Amino acid sequence: MRSLLLSIGFIVCMMMQPAFALLEIEISQGVESALPIAVTAISSDSSPQTRLITQVISADLHHSGLLGVVERERYPDGLINKKQVEYQQWRNNGIEALLVVSTQPISADQFRVEFFLYDLVRNKRSLAHTVNSNSQSLRRVAHKISDVVFKSLIGMRGAFSTRIAYITEMGMGKEKQYILRVADADGHNPRSVFMSNKQLMSPVWSSNGSKLAYVSFENERSEIFIQDMASGKREKVSSAPGLNSAPAWSPNDQQLALTLSQDGDPNIYILDLQSGKKRQVTSHYGIDTEPTWSADGDSIYFTSNRSGSPQIYRLSLSGGKVERISFNGRYNAAAALSPNGELLAMVHNNGQGYRIGVLNLRNDSFHVITDGGLDEAPSFAPNGSMIIFSTRRSGSTILSAVSADGRVQQQFRLQAGKVREPTWSPFR
Amino acid sequence: MKHFRYLFPLLITGFLVACSGNQVKPNDTEANASGASSSSRALDSESSSVGIEDQQGVMLDALDDPANPLSVRIIYFEYDSAEVNQDSLDAVRSHGQYLSVNENRMLRLEGHADERGTREYNLALGESRAKTVRDLLILEGAQPGQIEIVSFGEERPAVLGSDEASLQKNRRAEIVY
Repeated sequence: MRSLLLSIGFIVCMMMQPAFALLEIEISQGVESALPIAVTAISSDSSPQTRLITQVISADLHHSGLLGVVERERYPDGLINKKQVEYQQWRNNGIEALLVVSTQPISADQFRVEFFLYDLVRNKRSLAHTVNSNSQSLRRVAHKISDVVFKSLIGMRGAFSTRIAYITEMGMGKEKQYILRVADADGHNPRSVFMSNKQLMSPVWSSNGSKLAYVSFENERSEIFIQDMASGKREKVSSAPGLNSAPAWSPNDQQLALTLSQDGDPNIYILDLQSGKKRQVTSHYGIDTEPTWSADGDSIYFTSNRSGSPQIYRLSLSGGKVERISFNGRYNAAAALSPNGELLAMVHNNGQGYRIGVLNLRNDSFHVITDGGLDEAPSFAPNGSMIIFSTRRSGSTILSAVSADGRVQQQFRLQAGKVREPTWSPFR
Repeated sequence: MKHFRYLFPLLITGFLVACSGNQVKPNDTEANASGASSSSRALDSESSSVGIEDQQGVMLDALDDPANPLSVRIIYFEYDSAEVNQDSLDAVRSHGQYLSVNENRMLRLEGHADERGTREYNLALGESRAKTVRDLLILEGAQPGQIEIVSFGEERPAVLGSDEASLQKNRRAEIVY
């Protein structure tokens, strides 16, 4: 099956043109203790490049919920330049950090972007960097700046340069289209990487971020495909009789955990992508599905209804021991593990609707962190700070992100279609 | 891809209901049909050609008799359950007996779920529903080779809507000859 490289067919489409329907993000709930930061150009720079960069950075930092971007009205009087900062004046206005950006053209389509981060509490410049950019990469450069500023101020690696993949359902009836899309982490720059008039589901990034695995019904049944993001090439990796679904990459990307029912009931198997060999790792009547790997690759979390209703279990791959993990509520499924392995997010129902719950695996505390009726498909940001998921809003389905502690929630609004099953990429 | 249906003696006369004629072999390479409309939808477009035969007085298949239990082609289920309700048992048994007598007929069981719960779990649940129906058919004498199974989970709802009436119509196994 390894040899079955599918050429790009009539339903495949690598569209590189910018999409018109951008996602908007709105924060529905903030953090009082957010660190106040000013993000501004130097006074002598009114270029559109600098304006775009400061806008993108402001949005990134604001959406983290951990930083509060202050309005221009709160700035102290006087010009802003990159050499001299009146720390006391800024601090008197309640601002604790200052990011100054400037852009100079160095050739027709080349810019030098400079940025300086000032710690107004400790009276010191904490960052000073120069990056080159062309007009196409300004947003990317801005996200990179957000990453280092966030790291400097919060102490955690920023995930602003990462991507999300998701399924969009467009149109009605026979015109219906299912589109696998990849966008920047802020929802901008969405690109369609695969399109079909048959259902698509369960996209998931490879651990190195170069590929997506997903389930496609293009042949009128569930089959698993892997698509390379750079070349767009697709490969069908599983089409056994029965179900072929719920792909999950091993930490080293050499194996795919998946759900097959070729031998009877749905069970978890591990597919070696080199040899194409499959190994059955769970064996139980009833449903076992939705595998996800631990970071060390030694165990797999999965959903099983062996106790009567869906709950999360952990399988030790070395010993084969299976233990139940979730005990809160009658429905727990689709587990997603935080990058540090401490938190397990899941779709949870205790009679009040399907919501995202987070189980702390260290101390067994459990919190429901969303309030929708049909919240699904949680996926952690690679720095563990946020969880993206899909939710129902006024008859449609949109993406939403929530901080892992549930305090900050933001919504990605798409202007057309139903958007679902987000998966957050690893760091690049 | 198209197979002509086998015609069997008319059991009870009556006008034709829209039903079926698309035989499907187990493991049939559906890839050939990809791009065409969903195969369950294809039923509608086939009914008209059968209608002409009726006008010419050709004998009808028991499958085409609206008064026969075989006319029940959708089996409904409770939430998160793959058990066939008492109400549907007669219909399922009739299909099993029909397959047992008509050994060259085949059918496909399409399992579905409502929108509640996760998509992957629902895909597995849809298959469980189809398999429960299959097991009952086999109990009545159908051969495993006559039955193909596919699950679409919650991906192909019969009706849109999130009220209980809609959800109930979506928790189903469809019998497609």
